[in-house]
Amino acid sequence: MPTIVIDEDRCKGCQLCTTVCPKDLVTMAENFNAKGYHPAKLEDPEGECTGCTMCALMCPDVAITVYR
Amino acid sequence: MPEGEVVFARPAALEDTPTHYCPGCTHGIIHRLIGEVIDELGIREITVGIAPVGCAVLAYHYFNFDTVEAAHGRAPAVATGIKRVSPENVVFTYQGDGDLAAIGTAEIVHAANRGENITVVFVNNAVFGMTGGQMAPTTLPGQVTTSTPTGRDVKVDGYPVKVAEILAQTTGAAYIARRTVTQPKYVRSCKKAIKTAFKTQLAGLGFALVEVLSTCSTNWGMSPMEALRWLDENMIPYYPLGDYKVIDEVKALP
Ligand SMILES: Cc1ncc(C[n+]2csc(CCOP(=O)(O)OP(=O)(O)O)c2C)c(N)n1
Ligand code: SF4
Ligand code: SF4
Repeated sequence: MPTIVIDEDRCKGCQLCTTVCPKDLVTMAENFNAKGYHPAKLEDPEGECTGCTMCALMCPDVAITVYR
Repeated sequence: MPEGEVVFARPAALEDTPTHYCPGCTHGIIHRLIGEVIDELGIREITVGIAPVGCAVLAYHYFNFDTVEAAHGRAPAVATGIKRVSPENVVFTYQGDGDLAAIGTAEIVHAANRGENITVVFVNNAVFGMTGGQMAPTTLPGQVTTSTPTGRDVKVDGYPVKVAEILAQTTGAAYIARRTVTQPKYVRSCKKAIKTAFKTQLAGLGFALVEVLSTCSTNWGMSPMEALRWLDENMIPYYPLGDYKVIDEVKALP
């Protein structure tokens, strides 16, 4: 099943990945990571992620790995 | 770890080192694209990068190949020396607009005009990022910076320098393009251009430069998302994306 893994402690909470997901599956978490940022998180209970790589393309910190 | 094939991950040419860049700074995307291109061309072992003075001054920590630090604006001169002494290496410079279009204007114009067989990735974020957001030659008319608090007045400060357009007029240049990385489609197109710029050097065709419009949300005083939109709405109209010079031999590259 296609999915992404976000390296939470790499994330700087910039939100660049959140607006490009065609299915709006990437949002910002409530918790803080080790750097003190709200990291991005994937919320995909229905398994809708297609592994399109849009979010990863926009991540300046290469925090997102995509599986398909 | 999830099942399935990894279709997107950190390129080998990029160290697994967290960068010092501000959140959302598109320097990070541009670094990654260079890493992906170097991986895909299989040239990591023969590549030498030249880091600038500017926010990318620590680029040698992030690239997983040999990198030399140049004095401010002098990266094209350092690249020229390395490439001429060691032509089997692939040599590229990574330079900001303060570095390339202010203090380093002479070096870049002559490197292009000599048709020096090097690749240049030019990051235009319309300010001096590292030193606190002062006006750069590329700052837009009316743009507020720390040294133009009421906006750039072209009567006093002159007009923003259009690097791609200017260098496209040099006889020696083989490939000159402008791209950005504010949207996924632009990121893909930017990667293609950077790849062409490296292929131009590999084929021995001469000077290649990709100007990449980039954000500096910290010094523009915006959120990273606002900075992407500000770039799209304000920088692209003044600095149109496109190919400014592509010689026939570059067009014919596979
Ligand atoms: C000879 C010299 N003059 C001035 C400086 C101060 N200085 C450091 S970085 C910089 C400008 C950097 O701006 P840019 O190239 O646009 O890169 P950015 O930080 O925006 O990525 C300046 C003027 C310096 N380090 N050395
Ligand atoms: S783009 Fe990268 S650094 Fe920015 S919020 Fe998303 S995962 Fe975090
Ligand atoms: S100051 Fe600007 S250019 Fe420098 S890292 Fe921060 S956002 Fe990027």
